[in-house]
Amino acid sequence: MRVSEHPILSDFKKGRLVTFEYDGTTLEGYEGEPIAMALKANGIEIHRYTTKLHKPRGIFCSIGRCTDCVMVVDGVPNVRTCMTALKEGMKVQTQYGVSAKKEDDE
Amino acid sequence: MSSICDETYHLGEFEPRPDDDTIICRCEEITRGEIRRAIHDGMYTINEVKRFLRVGMGLCQGQSCIKIVRGIIAEELGIPMSEVNVITARSPVRPVPMGVYGNDTFDPKFLGGDEDE
Amino acid sequence: MKRYDLVVIGAGPSGLSAAIEAASHGLNTIVFDENARPGGQLFKQIHKFFGSKEHKAKIRGIDIGAKLVAEAEEVGAKVVQNATVMGIFPHKDISVMIDGEVYTCKADNIIVATGASENTLAFPGWTLPGVMGAGSAQTQMNLYGVMPGQRILMMGSGNVGLVVGMQLKQVGCELVAVVEAAPRIGGYGVHAAKLARTGVPFYLKHTILRAEGEDHVRKAVIAEVGDDWKPIPGTEKEFDVDTICLAVGLSPMYQLAMTAGCKLVDEPINGGVHPEVDEYGATSVPGVFCTGDLICIEEASSAMVKGRIAGAAAARRAGYLTEEEHAAIHKKYKDSLDQLRQGMFSGKNKGNPNIKTTAEGIPLSDSLLTHGYLKEEEVRNFPGYSHQAGGFHPVVECTQNIPCNPCQDVCPKHCITVGDQITALPTVHPEIECINCGMCVSSCPGQAIFLINEDFEPGYSAIALAYEFLPRPEKGDKGTALDRSGQPVCDAEVVDVRAAKAFDRTVVLTMKVPAEMVNKARFFVPKEAKAE
Repeated sequence: MRVSEHPILSDFKKGRLVTFEYDGTTLEGYEGEPIAMALKANGIEIHRYTTKLHKPRGIFCSIGRCTDCVMVVDGVPNVRTCMTALKEGMKVQTQYGVSAKKEDDE
Repeated sequence: MSSICDETYHLGEFEPRPDDDTIICRCEEITRGEIRRAIHDGMYTINEVKRFLRVGMGLCQGQSCIKIVRGIIAEELGIPMSEVNVITARSPVRPVPMGVYGNDTFDPKFLGGDEDE
Repeated sequence: MKRYDLVVIGAGPSGLSAAIEAASHGLNTIVFDENARPGGQLFKQIHKFFGSKEHKAKIRGIDIGAKLVAEAEEVGAKVVQNATVMGIFPHKDISVMIDGEVYTCKADNIIVATGASENTLAFPGWTLPGVMGAGSAQTQMNLYGVMPGQRILMMGSGNVGLVVGMQLKQVGCELVAVVEAAPRIGGYGVHAAKLARTGVPFYLKHTILRAEGEDHVRKAVIAEVGDDWKPIPGTEKEFDVDTICLAVGLSPMYQLAMTAGCKLVDEPINGGVHPEVDEYGATSVPGVFCTGDLICIEEASSAMVKGRIAGAAAARRAGYLTEEEHAAIHKKYKDSLDQLRQGMFSGKNKGNPNIKTTAEGIPLSDSLLTHGYLKEEEVRNFPGYSHQAGGFHPVVECTQNIPCNPCQDVCPKHCITVGDQITALPTVHPEIECINCGMCVSSCPGQAIFLINEDFEPGYSAIALAYEFLPRPEKGDKGTALDRSGQPVCDAEVVDVRAAKAFDRTVVLTMKVPAEMVNKARFFVPKEAKAE
């Protein structure tokens, strides 16, 4: 959910509204904002499932330190979504272990 | 310090604790129990624990967990945390793709600077 | 290979201040910062800062950030964003990744200002989505306008926990409680009081047992801890929350300085492991300086002064300042830093349970330290209290020695004085007429000043207070007055709402309450939230 109005901040610097692909569905976000923020604004908080225990992880530090929010972005795994700017048409996938879900897993 | 590096230093029987299942290293999914057991098995320094279990060797390089791991080692050994070293930080201190790391010929003119003789 | 007189790593408050200082003395200075925007954490700090004028007090962190960025540009320090320094090598070679390429350059001097990272707290369920750092929540809501959650539990009562807690409420989140393992609230009492009067409960001597949920936090379970810091069975309390914020301290990010070979020390008073520095910020490696939170976890105001000190030292080393010039500049900043390092929250005094009185000898409020609010009768013990018939007069509920004096600066009539020692408690002089201008109310970073008119109308008193929530109440609005603990005490009516430019987005709201409530009522809640 986005903050609609704020008592102190008059506006949040936002790029233009663009669409991107998340696990096969089309979502909207603002160009230039971190991918993680666009996902969270769309209510998506699970970024990946861990390698060993297959547990869900999401945003933890928001500033590129903890690497918990990594996903597969345009085919590249381990991309820190809190540090990577959203671009139009980006393909963002939930990361399972160190890769995207393989076709035969489904 | 010498006493804790002595591998014959006896910590007593390993006693399981109810919080042993708690994940400590988020990246490598290492639990408190695994770390405690490693210490009881003779890994008395942070670098030994790290190499044995991979704590702090995941993607975040220990940013989230090392302080907690140092605390666990200190508690198990009964020493102040200041006597437990930090893991050695090495370049690159942030995740960098290998292809990028291996190629350092970039010279953007816009950054100014003087030519070094 | 390119060479610079000075490379600064990190464009936060200390790094930018260091670059500004050095570049203003003529050093060819470049700043590398890994983030998309400069300013470090300043652009998340939407609250007004403490300190005095020279420390940019009463200005919001976001605006200080903008000022620093502009100043850096003015003096010709080049600030490069999205530039991740990967390591510092022998002979002061620096590798930095810019736009997917590696740039290696040489520096005659390096100032490392990599700041700090949030400490974590490991408990069952802490890896669930919905558990996050308090700074993380701050980034989401204040930088990107995304709600961190709906119902939130804050772990930690230091200034970060208290300030972020307030900011969560400002975007409309529900803060269900602040939980603290220590027996005392760690941050400024005035920050805690802001939360307490909105009804946020504090659980001192409590820790979190676990977070529950399958794919997201659904519940948090806390319990009281004994003197051995272990949870006491039977004291568990459950909260239905979707978010748990961790505000359990910060640790210096020493890793890059370590790659440069700087000697590290472990001093809990400074936040743990950090590079060893002298009073100029010089490390064990000649020409490598460290500054900001990297050498000692403090407020951003201190970080800026520390940056100036390191910048001046680098300028001296590079030969741009004579020894005498440098000594004079250093002394100025050293004095400024010393001012900020006084009082009961300074490194040496922080959390010291033996401090039971203020510097003036007044007993500290136990209620403030454990519940976040002053008791009505305690307020009268402090020099900020005043009582007088006829007209408005300030009541300053500032009861701890915090380095801060905007109240003294802004009062056009000098009704409030702090004196030269900026950690002294503000004193109200009731003999001087107050003109109810509202400047003290809006300028107090602790929102601890109230303008009181005991004889507003027959049977009614008026209370002016700082208000930073939406929807903004309007004159004539009816509602409920809450006391310092957040309990409703009486009906209230808004009789004035002022939003002058000089108030800098703080609204000064005046409410009318029955006369007997004048020393109780301290917050206003509108009757019902206006229709969406």
